Amino acid sequence: MKTAIDRLAERAAAEGLLDVAYTRTDSPFGPLLLATTPRGLVRVGLPNQDEEEILAELAGRVSPRVLEAAKPLDEARRELDLYFAGKLTEFELPLDWQLSRDFRRRALRAIARIPYGQTRSYTEIATSAGNERAVRAAGTACGTNPIPVVVPCHRVLRSSGGLGGYGGGLPMKEALLALEGAHSG
Amino acid sequence: MPPFQTLIDEHATEVMAVLRGAVGRSDADDCFQETFIAALRAYPKLRDDGNLRGWLLTIAHRKAIDHHRARGRRPLPVAEVAETPVNDPEPLDGIWELVGALPPKQRAAVTLRYASDLPHAEIAAALGCSPEAARRSLHEGIKRLRKELA
Repeated sequence: MKTAIDRLAERAAAEGLLDVAYTRTDSPFGPLLLATTPRGLVRVGLPNQDEEEILAELAGRVSPRVLEAAKPLDEARRELDLYFAGKLTEFELPLDWQLSRDFRRRALRAIARIPYGQTRSYTEIATSAGNERAVRAAGTACGTNPIPVVVPCHRVLRSSGGLGGYGGGLPMKEALLALEGAHSG
Repeated sequence: MPPFQTLIDEHATEVMAVLRGAVGRSDADDCFQETFIAALRAYPKLRDDGNLRGWLLTIAHRKAIDHHRARGRRPLPVAEVAETPVNDPEPLDGIWELVGALPPKQRAAVTLRYASDLPHAEIAAALGCSPEAARRSLHEGIKRLRKELA
Protein backbone atom coordinates (compact mmCIF):
# COMPACT_ATOMS: atom_id res chain seq x y z
CA MET A 1 0.00 0.00 0.00
CA LYS A 2 2.79 2.41 0.91
CA THR A 3 4.51 1.73 -2.42
CA ALA A 4 1.29 2.49 -4.29
CA ILE A 5 0.94 5.81 -2.45
CA ASP A 6 4.60 6.75 -3.00
CA ARG A 7 4.18 6.01 -6.70
CA LEU A 8 1.10 8.19 -6.73
CA ALA A 9 2.98 11.19 -5.28
CA GLU A 10 5.75 10.75 -7.84
CA ARG A 11 3.31 10.56 -10.72
CA ALA A 12 1.34 13.55 -9.41
CA ALA A 13 4.57 15.59 -9.36
CA ALA A 14 5.48 14.46 -12.88
CA GLU A 15 2.05 15.48 -14.18
CA GLY A 16 2.11 18.87 -12.51
CA LEU A 17 -0.62 17.93 -10.02
CA LEU A 18 1.42 18.21 -6.84
CA ASP A 19 0.69 21.82 -5.85
CA VAL A 20 1.83 21.47 -2.23
CA ALA A 21 4.15 18.71 -0.99
CA TYR A 22 4.79 18.35 2.72
CA THR A 23 6.93 16.28 5.03
CA ARG A 24 8.32 16.36 8.56
CA THR A 25 11.90 16.74 9.66
CA ASP A 26 13.59 16.48 13.04
CA SER A 27 15.09 19.52 14.71
CA PRO A 28 16.65 20.10 18.14
CA PHE A 29 13.29 21.64 19.12
CA GLY A 30 11.06 18.83 17.90
CA PRO A 31 9.54 17.91 14.53
CA LEU A 32 9.15 20.65 11.92
CA LEU A 33 6.53 20.51 9.19
CA LEU A 34 7.91 21.59 5.80
CA ALA A 35 5.73 22.45 2.81
CA THR A 36 6.79 23.41 -0.70
CA THR A 37 5.14 24.44 -3.94
CA PRO A 38 6.85 23.99 -7.32
CA ARG A 39 8.16 27.55 -6.76
CA GLY A 40 9.82 26.95 -3.42
CA LEU A 41 9.48 26.49 0.33
CA VAL A 42 6.15 28.03 1.33
CA ARG A 43 5.65 27.05 4.96
CA VAL A 44 7.59 25.85 7.98
CA GLY A 45 5.48 24.65 10.91
CA LEU A 46 7.19 24.88 14.30
CA PRO A 47 6.91 22.05 16.86
CA ASN A 48 4.30 23.89 18.95
CA GLN A 49 2.07 24.64 15.96
CA ASP A 50 -0.91 22.49 14.97
CA GLU A 51 -0.10 20.43 11.90
CA GLU A 52 -3.67 19.79 10.82
CA GLU A 53 -4.45 23.47 11.03
CA ILE A 54 -1.42 24.34 8.89
CA LEU A 55 -2.35 21.76 6.23
CA ALA A 56 -5.94 23.00 6.16
CA GLU A 57 -4.67 26.56 5.73
CA LEU A 58 -2.41 25.49 2.84
CA ALA A 59 -5.35 23.68 1.22
CA GLY A 60 -7.47 26.81 1.51
CA ARG A 61 -4.92 29.46 0.56
CA VAL A 62 -2.59 27.71 -1.90
CA SER A 63 -4.34 24.65 -3.36
CA PRO A 64 -6.26 21.63 -2.03
CA ARG A 65 -3.84 19.40 -3.95
CA VAL A 66 -1.76 18.83 -0.82
CA LEU A 67 0.16 15.54 -0.67
CA GLU A 68 2.68 14.08 1.73
CA ALA A 69 5.88 13.60 -0.29
CA ALA A 70 9.43 13.74 1.07
CA LYS A 71 11.43 14.05 -2.14
CA PRO A 72 10.47 17.62 -3.14
CA LEU A 73 11.70 18.70 0.31
CA ASP A 74 15.06 16.91 0.30
CA GLU A 75 17.02 20.13 -0.25
CA ALA A 76 15.12 22.02 2.48
CA ARG A 77 15.77 19.17 4.93
CA ARG A 78 19.44 19.06 4.01
CA GLU A 79 19.92 22.79 4.54
CA LEU A 80 17.98 22.80 7.81
CA ASP A 81 20.01 19.85 9.15
CA LEU A 82 23.22 21.74 8.35
CA TYR A 83 21.86 24.94 9.88
CA PHE A 84 20.94 23.25 13.17
CA ALA A 85 24.39 21.64 13.21
CA GLY A 86 25.93 25.14 12.95
CA LYS A 87 27.37 24.31 9.52
CA LEU A 88 25.24 26.56 7.33
CA THR A 89 24.92 30.31 7.66
CA GLU A 90 22.83 31.15 4.61
CA PHE A 91 19.88 29.27 3.18
CA GLU A 92 19.99 28.91 -0.58
CA LEU A 93 16.76 27.10 -1.32
CA PRO A 94 14.09 28.99 -3.30
CA LEU A 95 11.20 30.46 -1.29
CA ASP A 96 7.56 30.96 -2.24
CA TRP A 97 6.30 34.18 -0.60
CA GLN A 98 2.64 33.81 -1.56
CA LEU A 99 1.36 33.42 2.02
CA SER A 100 2.36 37.00 2.91
CA ARG A 101 1.37 40.19 1.13
CA ASP A 102 2.17 43.89 0.89
CA PHE A 103 3.83 45.39 3.96
CA ARG A 104 4.22 42.03 5.67
CA ARG A 105 5.95 40.55 2.66
CA ARG A 106 8.30 43.52 2.41
CA ALA A 107 9.08 43.20 6.12
CA LEU A 108 9.78 39.47 5.75
CA ARG A 109 12.05 40.09 2.78
CA ALA A 110 13.95 42.62 4.88
CA ILE A 111 14.22 40.02 7.64
CA ALA A 112 15.54 37.46 5.15
CA ARG A 113 18.45 39.84 4.46
CA ILE A 114 19.62 40.04 8.12
CA PRO A 115 22.98 38.25 8.14
CA TYR A 116 23.59 35.16 10.27
CA GLY A 117 24.46 35.95 13.86
CA GLN A 118 23.23 39.57 13.65
CA THR A 119 20.04 41.14 14.95
CA ARG A 120 17.81 44.07 13.99
CA SER A 121 15.07 45.94 15.84
CA TYR A 122 11.40 45.93 14.89
CA THR A 123 11.84 49.64 14.06
CA GLU A 124 14.68 48.90 11.63
CA ILE A 125 12.55 46.25 9.91
CA ALA A 126 9.61 48.68 9.66
CA THR A 127 11.93 51.23 8.07
CA SER A 128 13.36 48.72 5.57
CA ALA A 129 9.81 47.74 4.63
CA GLY A 130 9.03 51.35 3.78
CA ASN A 131 7.24 52.70 6.86
CA GLU A 132 9.34 53.52 9.90
CA ARG A 133 6.25 54.17 12.01
CA ALA A 134 4.73 50.71 11.37
CA VAL A 135 6.67 49.11 14.22
CA ARG A 136 3.70 47.15 15.47
CA ALA A 137 2.95 45.90 11.94
CA ALA A 138 6.58 44.77 11.70
CA GLY A 139 5.97 42.79 14.88
CA THR A 140 2.87 41.23 13.32
CA ALA A 141 4.87 40.34 10.20
CA CYS A 142 7.31 38.45 12.46
CA GLY A 143 4.49 36.83 14.39
CA THR A 144 2.79 35.58 11.22
CA ASN A 145 6.00 34.60 9.39
CA PRO A 146 4.99 31.53 7.32
CA ILE A 147 8.63 30.40 6.90
CA PRO A 148 10.26 30.76 10.33
CA VAL A 149 13.90 29.70 10.87
CA VAL A 150 14.62 29.99 7.12
CA VAL A 151 13.28 33.56 7.13
CA PRO A 152 15.02 34.40 10.40
CA CYS A 153 12.45 36.39 12.36
CA HIS A 154 14.29 35.17 15.47
CA ARG A 155 16.92 37.81 14.58
CA VAL A 156 14.47 40.65 15.23
CA LEU A 157 14.52 42.15 18.76
CA ARG A 158 13.08 45.14 20.59
CA SER A 159 14.96 48.43 20.26
CA SER A 160 15.60 48.14 24.01
CA GLY A 161 17.38 44.86 23.35
CA GLY A 162 14.49 42.85 24.79
CA LEU A 163 13.67 39.55 23.09
CA GLY A 164 10.20 40.47 21.84
CA GLY A 165 8.07 37.47 20.89
CA TYR A 166 8.42 34.22 18.96
CA GLY A 167 5.85 31.88 17.43
CA GLY A 168 7.85 28.84 18.51
CA GLY A 169 8.23 30.13 22.08
CA LEU A 170 10.93 32.37 23.55
CA PRO A 171 13.26 29.50 24.59
CA MET A 172 13.50 28.52 20.91
CA LYS A 173 14.27 32.12 19.90
CA GLU A 174 17.03 32.32 22.53
CA ALA A 175 18.44 28.95 21.47
CA LEU A 176 18.56 29.96 17.78
CA LEU A 177 20.34 33.22 18.65
CA ALA A 178 22.77 31.29 20.84
CA LEU A 179 23.39 28.78 18.03
CA GLU A 180 24.32 31.69 15.76
CA GLY A 181 26.46 33.29 18.45
CA ALA A 182 24.29 36.42 18.50
CA HIS A 183 23.86 38.39 21.69
CA SER A 184 20.26 38.91 22.71
CA GLY A 185 20.12 41.85 25.06
CA MET B 1 -11.82 21.28 0.58
CA PRO B 2 -9.65 19.30 2.99
CA PRO B 3 -6.04 18.61 1.93
CA PHE B 4 -6.06 15.81 -0.65
CA GLN B 5 -3.79 13.73 1.58
CA THR B 6 -6.76 13.28 3.95
CA LEU B 7 -8.63 11.42 1.20
CA ILE B 8 -5.65 9.11 0.73
CA ASP B 9 -5.26 8.52 4.47
CA GLU B 10 -8.94 7.75 4.94
CA HIS B 11 -9.94 5.91 1.77
CA ALA B 12 -6.90 4.45 -0.04
CA THR B 13 -7.21 1.05 1.63
CA GLU B 14 -10.87 0.72 0.72
CA VAL B 15 -10.36 1.93 -2.85
CA MET B 16 -7.61 -0.68 -3.27
CA ALA B 17 -9.82 -3.44 -1.83
CA VAL B 18 -12.70 -2.55 -4.11
CA LEU B 19 -10.39 -2.44 -7.15
CA ARG B 20 -8.93 -5.82 -6.25
CA GLY B 21 -12.47 -7.15 -6.26
CA ALA B 22 -13.30 -5.48 -9.53
CA VAL B 23 -10.17 -6.14 -11.65
CA GLY B 24 -8.07 -8.62 -9.68
CA ARG B 25 -4.91 -8.16 -7.70
CA SER B 26 -2.45 -7.86 -10.56
CA ASP B 27 -4.22 -4.93 -12.22
CA ALA B 28 -5.59 -3.20 -9.12
CA ASP B 29 -2.44 -1.16 -8.59
CA ASP B 30 -2.62 0.46 -12.03
CA CYS B 31 -6.31 1.24 -11.59
CA PHE B 32 -5.51 2.66 -8.16
CA GLN B 33 -3.01 5.09 -9.72
CA GLU B 34 -5.49 6.05 -12.45
CA THR B 35 -8.22 6.60 -9.86
CA PHE B 36 -6.26 8.90 -7.59
CA ILE B 37 -4.60 10.83 -10.42
CA ALA B 38 -8.04 11.49 -11.95
CA ALA B 39 -9.37 12.50 -8.53
CA LEU B 40 -6.41 14.80 -7.91
CA ARG B 41 -6.89 16.41 -11.30
CA ALA B 42 -10.57 17.14 -10.67
CA TYR B 43 -10.30 17.93 -6.96
CA PRO B 44 -9.87 21.73 -6.99
CA LYS B 45 -13.03 22.11 -9.08
CA LEU B 46 -15.15 19.81 -6.95
CA ARG B 47 -18.06 21.80 -5.51
CA ASP B 48 -19.39 19.53 -2.83
CA ASP B 49 -17.17 17.79 -0.30
CA GLY B 50 -20.13 16.13 1.40
CA ASN B 51 -19.42 12.62 0.11
CA LEU B 52 -15.77 12.38 -0.87
CA ARG B 53 -15.72 8.63 -0.26
CA GLY B 54 -18.62 8.04 -2.68
CA TRP B 55 -16.95 10.33 -5.20
CA LEU B 56 -13.65 8.41 -5.02
CA LEU B 57 -15.37 5.02 -5.27
CA THR B 58 -17.34 6.24 -8.26
CA ILE B 59 -14.10 7.21 -10.01
CA ALA B 60 -12.55 3.85 -9.01
CA HIS B 61 -15.42 1.99 -10.64
CA ARG B 62 -15.21 4.02 -13.82
CA LYS B 63 -11.52 3.17 -13.97
CA ALA B 64 -12.30 -0.51 -13.38
CA ILE B 65 -14.87 -0.44 -16.17
CA ASP B 66 -12.40 1.34 -18.50
CA HIS B 67 -9.88 -1.34 -17.66
CA HIS B 68 -12.26 -4.14 -18.59
CA ARG B 69 -13.31 -2.40 -21.79
CA ALA B 70 -9.68 -2.02 -22.76
CA ARG B 71 -9.10 -5.71 -22.23
CA GLY B 72 -12.19 -6.70 -24.15
CA ARG B 73 -15.06 -8.60 -22.69
CA ARG B 74 -13.39 -11.97 -22.60
CA PRO B 75 -13.90 -13.91 -19.36
CA LEU B 76 -11.06 -13.76 -16.86
CA PRO B 77 -8.51 -16.51 -17.41
CA VAL B 78 -8.59 -19.28 -14.83
CA ALA B 79 -4.91 -18.74 -14.07
CA GLU B 80 -5.79 -15.49 -12.32
CA VAL B 81 -7.35 -17.42 -9.46
CA ALA B 82 -3.98 -18.94 -8.62
CA GLU B 83 -2.40 -15.50 -8.16
CA THR B 84 -3.98 -15.20 -4.75
CA PRO B 85 -1.51 -16.14 -2.00
CA VAL B 86 -2.44 -19.39 -0.27
CA ASN B 87 -2.56 -17.81 3.19
CA ASP B 88 -4.50 -14.75 2.17
CA PRO B 89 -5.76 -12.96 5.27
CA GLU B 90 -8.90 -11.64 3.59
CA PRO B 91 -11.75 -14.08 4.25
CA LEU B 92 -13.89 -12.70 1.43
CA ASP B 93 -11.26 -13.22 -1.21
CA GLY B 94 -12.98 -16.23 -2.75
CA ILE B 95 -16.15 -14.21 -3.17
CA TRP B 96 -14.30 -11.37 -4.88
CA GLU B 97 -12.82 -13.74 -7.39
CA LEU B 98 -16.30 -14.86 -8.31
CA VAL B 99 -17.39 -11.23 -8.45
CA GLY B 100 -14.38 -10.52 -10.66
CA ALA B 101 -15.66 -13.10 -13.15
CA LEU B 102 -19.08 -11.43 -13.56
CA PRO B 103 -19.83 -9.34 -16.68
CA PRO B 104 -18.58 -5.72 -16.19
CA LYS B 105 -21.89 -4.04 -15.29
CA GLN B 106 -22.92 -6.73 -12.85
CA ARG B 107 -19.47 -6.82 -11.30
CA ALA B 108 -19.44 -3.06 -10.86
CA ALA B 109 -22.97 -3.01 -9.42
CA VAL B 110 -22.13 -5.76 -6.92
CA THR B 111 -18.87 -4.17 -5.74
CA LEU B 112 -20.42 -0.72 -5.51
CA ARG B 113 -23.29 -2.08 -3.47
CA TYR B 114 -21.54 -4.52 -1.16
CA ALA B 115 -17.92 -3.36 -0.97
CA SER B 116 -18.63 0.36 -1.06
CA ASP B 117 -22.12 0.38 0.42
CA LEU B 118 -23.45 2.86 -2.15
CA PRO B 119 -27.21 3.34 -2.65
CA HIS B 120 -28.81 2.46 -5.99
CA ALA B 121 -28.92 6.06 -7.15
CA GLU B 122 -25.15 6.47 -6.73
CA ILE B 123 -24.49 3.11 -8.37
CA ALA B 124 -26.57 4.31 -11.30
CA ALA B 125 -24.56 7.55 -11.43
CA ALA B 126 -21.31 5.60 -11.36
CA LEU B 127 -22.40 3.28 -14.16
CA GLY B 128 -24.06 5.99 -16.21
CA CYS B 129 -27.42 4.17 -16.28
CA SER B 130 -30.86 4.53 -14.69
CA PRO B 131 -31.40 3.41 -11.08
CA GLU B 132 -33.70 0.71 -12.43
CA ALA B 133 -30.98 -0.64 -14.72
CA ALA B 134 -28.50 -0.51 -11.81
CA ARG B 135 -30.93 -2.50 -9.67
CA ARG B 136 -31.30 -5.05 -12.47
CA SER B 137 -27.53 -5.44 -12.91
CA LEU B 138 -27.17 -5.89 -9.17
CA HIS B 139 -29.97 -8.47 -9.10
CA GLU B 140 -28.54 -10.43 -12.04
CA GLY B 141 -25.08 -10.35 -10.46
CA ILE B 142 -26.32 -11.63 -7.11
CA LYS B 143 -28.38 -14.36 -8.80
CA ARG B 144 -25.31 -15.53 -10.65
CA LEU B 145 -23.16 -15.50 -7.53
CA ARG B 146 -25.77 -17.54 -5.65
CA LYS B 147 -25.71 -20.13 -8.43
CA GLU B 148 -21.90 -20.26 -8.38
CA LEU B 149 -21.83 -20.69 -4.62
CA ALA B 150 -24.62 -23.27 -4.48
